[in-house]
Amino acid sequence: MTRTQNNAAWFLVLPVLVLVAFNAIIPLMTVVNYAVQDSFGGNVFFFEGTRWFEAVLASDRFHQALGRQILFTFTILAIEIPLGVGIALCMPRRGIWVSVCLVLMALPLLIPWNVVGAIWNIFALPELGLLGRMLNGLGFDYNFTRGVGAAWFTMILMDVWHWTSLVVLLAYAGLISIPDAYYQAARIDGASKWAVFRYIQLPKMKRVLTIAVLLRFMDSFMIYTEVFVLTGGGPGNSTTMLSIDLVKLALGQFDLGTAAAMSIIYFLLILIFSWIFYTVMMRGESQQ
Amino acid sequence: MKLLPDLGWMAWTWQTAVFFGTIGLLLVAMTIWEIVSPGGAPRDGILGLRTTRGDRLFISLLGAACIHLAWVGLVGPNLVWALGLSLLYALAVFRWV
Repeated sequence: MTRTQNNAAWFLVLPVLVLVAFNAIIPLMTVVNYAVQDSFGGNVFFFEGTRWFEAVLASDRFHQALGRQILFTFTILAIEIPLGVGIALCMPRRGIWVSVCLVLMALPLLIPWNVVGAIWNIFALPELGLLGRMLNGLGFDYNFTRGVGAAWFTMILMDVWHWTSLVVLLAYAGLISIPDAYYQAARIDGASKWAVFRYIQLPKMKRVLTIAVLLRFMDSFMIYTEVFVLTGGGPGNSTTMLSIDLVKLALGQFDLGTAAAMSIIYFLLILIFSWIFYTVMMRGESQQ
Repeated sequence: MKLLPDLGWMAWTWQTAVFFGTIGLLLVAMTIWEIVSPGGAPRDGILGLRTTRGDRLFISLLGAACIHLAWVGLVGPNLVWALGLSLLYALAVFRWV
């Protein structure tokens, strides 16, 4: 048997390993160290064991932020994934309009998060913003700085506007990679549009949609800047997501131990959800 | 000359050092296992998933973290039982998943 592996290639991975060590592993180790200790500053620490984990797991504030986070993430996933696939299906496959559509779709993705928050803050202001004035003009009592429903509506609309494009681009990439032969075979069989979508397009988009769901899940579960700029977590705490609560805890109250314990639980939740999503979506793939 | 940079800012404790040391040793052991018997021993387990031994370690560690957190949240701070339960869970994962 010929040897096809060259172990010297491992050295090429070394720079990535060093980079990951510095930006992920070492900070994560430090967070774990902080999570079991208490500090009053001056680099002096006292061992506390699992005390901060107990405090976070029993905290109503954490449960509420987690509930809001899960509600937000699953709402935007339920909107963005079907909407993105729908738009990708409507986009032209060839001709000059392909480039126009792709550029238009990519535009929201190029805008920095804090600018997106600022744009929507101004856009949705009840007195000045186009959206705010329009909705109030139509007779709705819309004020996202005062009403919880209005704040959630604006936040979800903002995220859908910002990130549906990513799903569209990924789904479109999956769609254009389907060879014409599949469609020809479907035409010969007299397949309906739904059958073409269900048995050709959707299975062929499976991999890219898995990536889309994972990226959107992780990103929305960690959302901070857009919501912070738009609502600041309010009114009250109604839009305080896990990340906003974490920053309040770590930098506002300087409860480093509690914040570190919360970070680890937060990290673990993202890891578990992502693993479940990935496993469920790739399950058929591994059996083939 | 100092051999290591000052790691005081990382606020190490011996407990967390043992924890990360164990994870490091596990990774070394898995590497040796892979060298001795390459290919990762893939198989279809009871969850209907095709897992390699690396996957099984990941599932074991993730499960162990959940067991420990659930123990802290529901029972109390004495984690010896949680550790024992995690080891049993890991053995089961390596045997059947």
